[in-house]
Amino acid sequence: MGKHVLVIEDEPNIIEAISFILMRDGWAVHTHSNGNDAVAAVAAHDPDLVILDVMLPGRSGYDILTDLRAAPATRDLPVLMLTARGQAKDRELAERLGASRFMTKPFSNAEVLEALRDLVPS
Amino acid sequence: MASLNLLIVVCLVYVALLFAVAFMAERAALRGRAAFLRSSVVYTLSLSIYCTAWTFYGAVGYAARSGMEYLTIYLGPTLVMVGWWWVLRKLVRIGRTQRITSVADLISSRYGKSNTLAVFVTALAVIGTTPYIALQLQSVTLSFASFARADPSSAVPADSRSTALWVAMGLAFFTILFGTRNLDANERHHGVVMAIALEAVVKLFALLAVGVFVVWGVGGGIEATLARIDASEIGQWQMDGGRWAGLTMLSAAAFLTLPRMFQVLVVENEDEHQLRTASWAFPAYLMAMSLFVVPIAVVGLEVLPPGANPDQFVLTVPLSQGQDKLAMLSFLGGFSSATSMVIVAAIALSTMVSNHVVMPIWLRFAGGGAAVAGDVRHLVLLARRVSIAVILGLGYLYYRVSGGGTALAAIGLVSFAGVAQFLPALMGGIFWRGATRIGALAGLGTGFVIWCYSLLLPSFGGGILMTDAVMAYGPWGIAWLRPQALFGIEGLDPLVHAVMWSLGLNTVVFVTGSLLSFPQPLERLQGAQFVNVFEHSGNPQSWSGGTAQSEDLLIMAQRMMGPAQAQALFQAEAARQGLAGYLPEPTPEFLQRLERELSGAVGAATAHAMVGQIMGAATVSVEDLLAVADETAQMMEYSSQLEAKSAELTRIAGQLREANEKLTKLSVQKDAFLSQISHELRTPMTSIRAFSEILRDAPDLSSHDMTKYASIIHDEALRLTRLLDDLLDLSVLESGQVSLNMRDGRLVSVIDQAVAAAGVAEERLTIRRDRTREDIGLTSDLDRLAQVFINLIANARKYCDATAPLLSIEVAQRGNAVVVDFVDNGAGIPTDSQALVFEKFSRVAEGESAGGAGLGLAICREIMARLGGEITYLPGQGGAAFRVILPVAAMRAAQ
Repeated sequence: MGKHVLVIEDEPNIIEAISFILMRDGWAVHTHSNGNDAVAAVAAHDPDLVILDVMLPGRSGYDILTDLRAAPATRDLPVLMLTARGQAKDRELAERLGASRFMTKPFSNAEVLEALRDLVPS
Repeated sequence: MASLNLLIVVCLVYVALLFAVAFMAERAALRGRAAFLRSSVVYTLSLSIYCTAWTFYGAVGYAARSGMEYLTIYLGPTLVMVGWWWVLRKLVRIGRTQRITSVADLISSRYGKSNTLAVFVTALAVIGTTPYIALQLQSVTLSFASFARADPSSAVPADSRSTALWVAMGLAFFTILFGTRNLDANERHHGVVMAIALEAVVKLFALLAVGVFVVWGVGGGIEATLARIDASEIGQWQMDGGRWAGLTMLSAAAFLTLPRMFQVLVVENEDEHQLRTASWAFPAYLMAMSLFVVPIAVVGLEVLPPGANPDQFVLTVPLSQGQDKLAMLSFLGGFSSATSMVIVAAIALSTMVSNHVVMPIWLRFAGGGAAVAGDVRHLVLLARRVSIAVILGLGYLYYRVSGGGTALAAIGLVSFAGVAQFLPALMGGIFWRGATRIGALAGLGTGFVIWCYSLLLPSFGGGILMTDAVMAYGPWGIAWLRPQALFGIEGLDPLVHAVMWSLGLNTVVFVTGSLLSFPQPLERLQGAQFVNVFEHSGNPQSWSGGTAQSEDLLIMAQRMMGPAQAQALFQAEAARQGLAGYLPEPTPEFLQRLERELSGAVGAATAHAMVGQIMGAATVSVEDLLAVADETAQMMEYSSQLEAKSAELTRIAGQLREANEKLTKLSVQKDAFLSQISHELRTPMTSIRAFSEILRDAPDLSSHDMTKYASIIHDEALRLTRLLDDLLDLSVLESGQVSLNMRDGRLVSVIDQAVAAAGVAEERLTIRRDRTREDIGLTSDLDRLAQVFINLIANARKYCDATAPLLSIEVAQRGNAVVVDFVDNGAGIPTDSQALVFEKFSRVAEGESAGGAGLGLAICREIMARLGGEITYLPGQGGAAFRVILPVAAMRAAQ
């Protein structure tokens, strides 16, 4: 069984694209599309890695990351943040809040996979 | 024998000596070593210009004709001098504090700087003084002729008129040379005063010498002379009480009002304390001058043949006795008397003429700019010089016209009576605050007319200006207008008659006029300054220094200039004066410097007034106050300008702050907008890139997946295109650069078009309409209007969450507008989002890819604004409800 990834993203097409490439690479993929209960979803799925969008309905990715880093169980959970707002201050904020990796949309599929392999060595 | 040539030489030498004395005095005064010029002796001697040739020669003639009456001429001034404390002291104090330059200046200043009054007084003074100057010329001429008669070798005709002309020209020359050498603010002439003091000594010495010779050389001692006097007619003459009183009063009045006496008494006065000495010394001088008058007259009447002119006894008695040198001394005495009077009178009159007649006229014609030009000084000097020449010319003319035949004393009294007309205005001015300009003018005018009519014109003798018939029967035979019997009063001495009527009516009119008229503000202020001069002015001597005043000055300066600067100034000056500490002596140089420094802060007039006030050297005159008021007005105007500027700056600063806030807000909005644009652009691009990479890198894809992913790429590309279209559309709408295509149409067809375009036909959304109510004609940009409707219908299709979505389109006409409501049966928009619904990128339905970027309603709002209508959200309608309001103008145009 491959590693388990949770994708928290609201855009259906992007969810479909990420799921497709990750599954082809051997990841077990779960998705979640709402910000409000994202932290609970992480707890429920207990993934090896989380791909987290910033602009989510209900709650922003930054708030979710803050919660994850505050909880002992998820303090060291690898989190790859994706955002469509590609400004420098967004990257700084993400890193300060403890994002393991930060990528700007649109991303290259290969880069995403490479980052995932870095964050969760097999 | 007496030599005429020698006399001329002696005269020239004497004049040269006067030049030298005057010159040295001027030099000494310039160097500041003129303490002796300020001595009371010089002051007293300078007063002796009262004793003119008339006194020198004429008193003897007067005594020979009228007995002891000549004493009245001395009695008047003696009374004035003895009573110096009451009148003279006040005049001198006023003269100093108000910087008075002449009697005309004093009267005009007192009555509110009235130039009319100044011109009037000047004219009267010139007219009154002219006979007097003629008198001096005549006496010199007569005495010269006496000498000529006594010199058999002389070829000069006895009554040469050229003598008078030469004397007049010579005097004009001397006066111009020393009277107008320089312009002094105080109008003081040290050289001239020194010269006339010397002349005073000469004339007293000459008269005493003649007297001593007459008593002891001719009369045979005191007792013998007294016996001769008793034996003569002079001793027998009865005194005319009225005439005595009248003449004493007249001479007292003239002593105060004669322009030349005012010049030496008040203007040339250096120090009030000189008056104290002069108050006894000058009467003593007068007594000495009169001591031998009667003996000379009595002896002259005895020794000389009958018919000899008694006015020349002082000269002819020594000549007849072969005393050539004594006669020459006597001549010099008379010459001194005449010249000193003419010189001072000419100076005084020229000052008045130039200050009150020439300068005002010139200033009026030259305009305002000329007042500061440097050539004013030259103009003033020129005006004075010409005035002096003209005044002496007038004197000569009068001498020629009057024929020179009248007795000296009589001419002198005509002048006295003329200038005495100033007395009511002068005394009233300094003692009565109620005196007014109108009163002064009326009184002076009245007195002048009566004086002319009853004394001056008749003095020319019968047939010249007044016919004998007028004198005897009055003009047109009106008896009560006879010049010497006005209002039917007959039997009076003509002089007493004239003085009584002129001065009496002058006074009455002056008082009445003053009571009836109301003074102007300046007049009242000046009146208070003059009448209460002792309350307003400190002791003029007291400003000569003292640290108390320096301290006061420092305190004042600190307030004006700030403590640091003021102390620095005072310390520097103290160090320069070699004094320890920080308080310098208030030297004139320092005061000037301080005044200059202060004027930078408060204006020149104020600075001058303040320093003057502290030093007590001069009171603050009304002129000063007015200048201060002017400055204050300027400062206030300047300050109000500053205030206005400050208010403007505050306003501009407020605008800038507002603009800045707006810009900051805009900048924040721009950042948010860019961030959102970025998000809206990157999201479809992410899908496109991801799926295109999948298609490229995964050759094993099923054809179904391939088709599906290609469709996603296609949809996302369309989404991007729509977004860019919307952005551009919004940008054009917001910038106001949109061009509207207004045309006529019907509302129903616009809605038909919108429903079709919104693509609801194949969807499950039901639309409820009332097409008949929609049948309204309108003029608008129909495509834009349709765009709004399409947006609203599409929103309902996308967001209405009812199980059987229903959109009602209701049209109503309300007043001036047609209202189109779009109401669906969904959940509606949450209350807290309603306010944001028309903002850019404010997608309400979160989490669902509705295919829009959140610009639709923003675009709708802009379009409706351009069309002159509006779009609003209607809360509380069950579902989402939007109301479009179209303006009536657009509607009516099509109906």
